[in-house]
Amino acid sequence: MPRKREAQNEINAGSMADIAFLLLVFFLVTTTMDSSWGIQRKIPPLPEPNQERVDIKQRNVFVVLANANDQLLVEGELLVIDQIREKAKEFIVNPARKENLPEWEDVSVSIAKERITYFTGKGNIEKVAVWQKRLNAAELVGDFTITKQVISLQNDRGTSYKLYIQVQNELAAAYRELRDDLCMQEFRMTFSELEQLAKNNREDPSLKKKLKAIKTVYPQKISEAEPKNLGG
Amino acid sequence: MSKFKKDGTRELPPVSTASLPDIVFMLLFFFMVTTVMREVDLKVKQTSPAATEIQKLENKSLVHYIYIGEPMDTEKFGTEPRIQLADDFGVVGDVGAYIIQKRTEVVEGLIPKLTTSLKVDRDVKMGVISDVKQELRIVSALKLNYATVEGGLDK
Repeated sequence: MPRKREAQNEINAGSMADIAFLLLVFFLVTTTMDSSWGIQRKIPPLPEPNQERVDIKQRNVFVVLANANDQLLVEGELLVIDQIREKAKEFIVNPARKENLPEWEDVSVSIAKERITYFTGKGNIEKVAVWQKRLNAAELVGDFTITKQVISLQNDRGTSYKLYIQVQNELAAAYRELRDDLCMQEFRMTFSELEQLAKNNREDPSLKKKLKAIKTVYPQKISEAEPKNLGG
Repeated sequence: MSKFKKDGTRELPPVSTASLPDIVFMLLFFFMVTTVMREVDLKVKQTSPAATEIQKLENKSLVHYIYIGEPMDTEKFGTEPRIQLADDFGVVGDVGAYIIQKRTEVVEGLIPKLTTSLKVDRDVKMGVISDVKQELRIVSALKLNYATVEGGLDK
């Protein structure tokens, strides 16, 4: 007799599914699979009213023009989107040390030390800081060559956003591939793996130094000029 | 011999639905974890362009969104791309005020970490985007994120 009583007291779980379904439908309707991924960029601050114009030698600038018809003019050549990456990589490294590609400078520990003493004597603090960074990098990855590359992306008001993102993507990919190559060679991992590792082990300063070294060898310099009417 | 012999006339027991709630709860938790509450009602069309070199936006509370695209209700608002700030349409001149207003909602020390995410439809022309960027420079909101989906180049 007492046995039967116990069985009667059990709560009926049949409606549990209905309640859960109700909640499920609510969440399905009110939420989106929000993608919060994107290309990160820093835009330059507005120029100070009496700021000096910095002129950069033409050979040091990689000009990408996108016109209103979504055509690309890269360094005076009409290219399609797939060709930009290789072209940009060649420009950034200047492996053949061509005269029309950016100026280059060899960096090694001894050269960097010598430069630091030279600029300290002259009191040029900015240059000392630059060479200090390069010294740190040279100590980690050995001798390297640095170029004075700047990539300038100019677009028309009529350029489509899709093309603009594609170009930004290809330029970012060029830097990423170069950094990956160096990172693979020196630390046996890709740049993004190193970034991830550094983020997960914040207390380990050596990882941060490695990241900085790679970024010193291949600094990402993409400048976005004010939009012009390039027409089409 | 007759140990395994079944009574042929016996009916099959009904399928137990006791595990149904568990399955549904599993689905429920999956959706609860993987999704985020939609913050605004989108009034503009959004097809993000695809890219491969993308990074995840870290601190979501420090991100403001600016939506640009063709209005959903084309009969009422036309087909010209419009800017959406929070729940309303705005013009380029409103962007600065919007960012400044959003800044008052965070601790002062975090202001340099604020990111503006541009969620722009892929068919929008760069003109309006350049104007918005110029406006962001004026209020020195310099950290930008072009919202994209992951994928190869679409031609």
